[in-house]
Amino acid sequence: MEELKYVGHSAVRVDGKEKVTGAAVYTDDLEFGPDLLYAEIVEGPHAHAMIRAIDTSEAMKVPGVICVVTGQDFPYNFGLYMKDRFIFAQDRVRFFGEQIAAVVARTPQAAKKAARLVQVNYSPLPKVVCPLEALREGADLIHPDLKHYEHVPWFFPKPGTNVAHHRKVRKGDVEQGFAKADYILEDTYEVPRYAHCAIEYHAAVAKYDHSGRLTVWASSQSPHTQRNLFANALAPLGIKHNDVRVIAPHVGGGFGSKAGVTMEIIAAAIATRVKGHPVKVLWNREREFYNTYQRLGVVAKLKLGVKSDGRITALHHSLFWDAGAYVEYGANVVNAVGLSAIGPYRVDNASIDSYCIYTNLPPGGPYRGFGYSEFLFGLESHMERIAKHLGIDPVDMRRRNAIRAGDLTAYGAKMNPNGLHQAIDAVAKEIRWHETPSPSGPDMAIGKGFSLFWKAPAMPPNTSSSCFLKFNEDASINLLVSGMDLGQGFLTVMAQIAAEILSVPVSKIRTENPDTDRNPYEWQTVASHVTWGCGNAVKRAALDAREQIFSLVARAHDLPKDLLYLEDEVVKCKERPGFALPLKDFVIYGIQMEDGTFKGGPIMGRGMFMPEYASTKADPETSQGGHPNVHYTVGAAAVIIEIDRQTGRVRVKKVVEAVDCGKAINPKLVEGQITGGILQGISTVLYEEMKFDHRGKMLNPNFTDYKIPTALDIPDEVIPLIIEVPEPDGPYGARGMGEHTMLPVAPMIANAIEDALGIRMKSMPITAEKICLALTGSKKQPEK
Amino acid sequence: MKKISFTLNGELRQVDVAPNEILLEVLRYKMGVKSPKCGCDTGDCGACTVILNGKAVRSCLIFAIEINGQEILTLEGLSKDGLTPLQKALMDRNAFQCGYCAPGMILSVTCLISGNPHPSEEEIKESIAGNLCRCTGYQPVIDAIRQITKKQ
Repeated sequence: MEELKYVGHSAVRVDGKEKVTGAAVYTDDLEFGPDLLYAEIVEGPHAHAMIRAIDTSEAMKVPGVICVVTGQDFPYNFGLYMKDRFIFAQDRVRFFGEQIAAVVARTPQAAKKAARLVQVNYSPLPKVVCPLEALREGADLIHPDLKHYEHVPWFFPKPGTNVAHHRKVRKGDVEQGFAKADYILEDTYEVPRYAHCAIEYHAAVAKYDHSGRLTVWASSQSPHTQRNLFANALAPLGIKHNDVRVIAPHVGGGFGSKAGVTMEIIAAAIATRVKGHPVKVLWNREREFYNTYQRLGVVAKLKLGVKSDGRITALHHSLFWDAGAYVEYGANVVNAVGLSAIGPYRVDNASIDSYCIYTNLPPGGPYRGFGYSEFLFGLESHMERIAKHLGIDPVDMRRRNAIRAGDLTAYGAKMNPNGLHQAIDAVAKEIRWHETPSPSGPDMAIGKGFSLFWKAPAMPPNTSSSCFLKFNEDASINLLVSGMDLGQGFLTVMAQIAAEILSVPVSKIRTENPDTDRNPYEWQTVASHVTWGCGNAVKRAALDAREQIFSLVARAHDLPKDLLYLEDEVVKCKERPGFALPLKDFVIYGIQMEDGTFKGGPIMGRGMFMPEYASTKADPETSQGGHPNVHYTVGAAAVIIEIDRQTGRVRVKKVVEAVDCGKAINPKLVEGQITGGILQGISTVLYEEMKFDHRGKMLNPNFTDYKIPTALDIPDEVIPLIIEVPEPDGPYGARGMGEHTMLPVAPMIANAIEDALGIRMKSMPITAEKICLALTGSKKQPEK
Repeated sequence: MKKISFTLNGELRQVDVAPNEILLEVLRYKMGVKSPKCGCDTGDCGACTVILNGKAVRSCLIFAIEINGQEILTLEGLSKDGLTPLQKALMDRNAFQCGYCAPGMILSVTCLISGNPHPSEEEIKESIAGNLCRCTGYQPVIDAIRQITKKQ
């Protein structure tokens, strides 16, 4: 294989200097001048109620108030996969804190004051906060209009119920599979809701100018998708796609929360009522918790049958998702898990039912991992328990079942090449799986846990990415893409790919977050797909530019094109050792001929990528027949923990995680994803816990009461391992790995807790308090 | 409104503030200094950290009127003469991801090492324990700090 100069090397981030000097500009850092208006929303104080009347007269009297808008001003529904969401509540509110109206004023203070004076008359309705209750016959309907909502063809809503989607998978003969089993374990696991907790709030500023141009500046993972959804939702106002421009500055963390469209549409809509003025909608920490997306909660009933040697004979997985008040995005989490809830195993007989259930809680939506953390908690706990019951080493149990390239997934498509077995071996070796570390004191218990993981990008089959590449006079490059650097290092990786093809150093490639008017199309920065998808587009754009360079040089210098190559920004020829033409001499100005004329002109590459083999067309009763997932990224992880029996406090001593990213374009960035994802995973299992009161109001929407880890809470040691089994259609073999890193954490810690204390925890989080309570009731006495 | 004057990044500045105005908001919205960020408004996250008379403080918990006659340093001021060794180490190691916590984190550590050039691991962790980061898992940041503070 040819030697790579930029790909596979840990280049310094292209946004590194901006970020360590405070030069990086985030949405709320932008200046909009003295004409900027501020909007404050009015929130509903009921989880479920009809809106009888809204009186804005007192609010309008506050000096500085420009206008008050309500749902009546914007009777439009929108959504990414299902149009069940509204800019402002229409006739009813469906979760505590939902936006009813907004006040627009000259100052934030006036807007806040006036928002408190908007009088809303409600008739409370019975609320449903438990997904299993919402399924009961005769349960109150949260969306009586479900049958009228437009949705993607791969959703199957059940009008007249609270089921927004049911993903059903049937493979092989499950009954026979269980009949052949020597041992069957059946149990229920619960994973509650979680919050993303990006440190930057959601922020959006919109301006609808007098020419009909709508510009939105937003902290966003999805500038083009936002443009699309704004244009579609506001089409009745005469707004077209080319009227809408979304500009996305740096994003202070996303983790899924800034994907699709949530509060940004409020700014876009309000702007149409205050023509000519920019208007800012800035969320606060409380709303970050209860009015963006939350990670969906799930009750997962799992039945797994195995032979006495541990081989899986059949699986049945029923997942009941608490998807919240609106599921326009969250229903696809349910769908993705439905397709993949066999985990990274070869399972010949499987039946999966994944139900998307409306509840009167905040909208569930995308969160790093897209449902896989949730089902893996149960599945990987189950694998460990079965191994222990059968007396098989839990790592061997996984080896015996781990999926290989060419095995069939639950929906019948072939598994992609992958390094799962290498990952298992590498992790087992690094964690010293067969050694038992000793505890540091008599009250301490040590435990080890293991987990596998897999995840595919969940996206429409025609998801695409594109790239423009343009040279400057000095052969530096502007690389225009519309993926977002959320911190993962996307822009740097794109620059490295272009650098590799064009022999231009990364430091000479400028690539920044997009403006939808200037940068070409990208679906969204979600699903860990941009390194792979947009990376392919960048590679093609660079190859396109290189082809133009070679064609021009061949034509102007009468050289055979196929003998030309690039080295350190110079075009060279294999058979003419003396020939050396620096890029900077011609990539803008062209090449001068003997007669004084010039050939060529500015070199501009273009590239796009769409996975043309993907399809969601399948039998809805079995999910067989399509190719909904382009590929899976797999890996393994293990942990050593120590638990204080007196306090229940868990200390994470060592974590090893191996992920098969196909090719690490920038190994340091891959390791950064592993280190960061592991801590986010640890946080969900050990610390974070949402509390709701009897009204459905979240009680702890702040960092004082909803704990995320500090530097004092990190593991003693984290060992990231990179496995590279190339993805056949990935750029340099790369596939995504950003979300995946947190997937194995919760189950492997639950497994380690059982290893240490003999206690099996089947619901998350597993806080010190829960461990203490379980220890009190536990029959197993501490040794000594 | 009251006119206050204070030294901001080495320059004497004056600004009119109401008694209830918060330092973070005055810096960001009245003085154009944008590196201090808001991530909670309750003193939990540390993104608004600035250095007040040599000490790292949370500017979201301070009334602007209180800083009359005092000295404030933000990341803009720290970066005036190029990168400090701390900033360079953080950059070279790709320690940050989204970068939103970076200004506060850098100022907290700057404050630590100005009085304690060779802090222990625990002191390093303590110094940034009030700066929440959701991306990095903290370890890459700690490694960069260790690199520039270890005894040669």
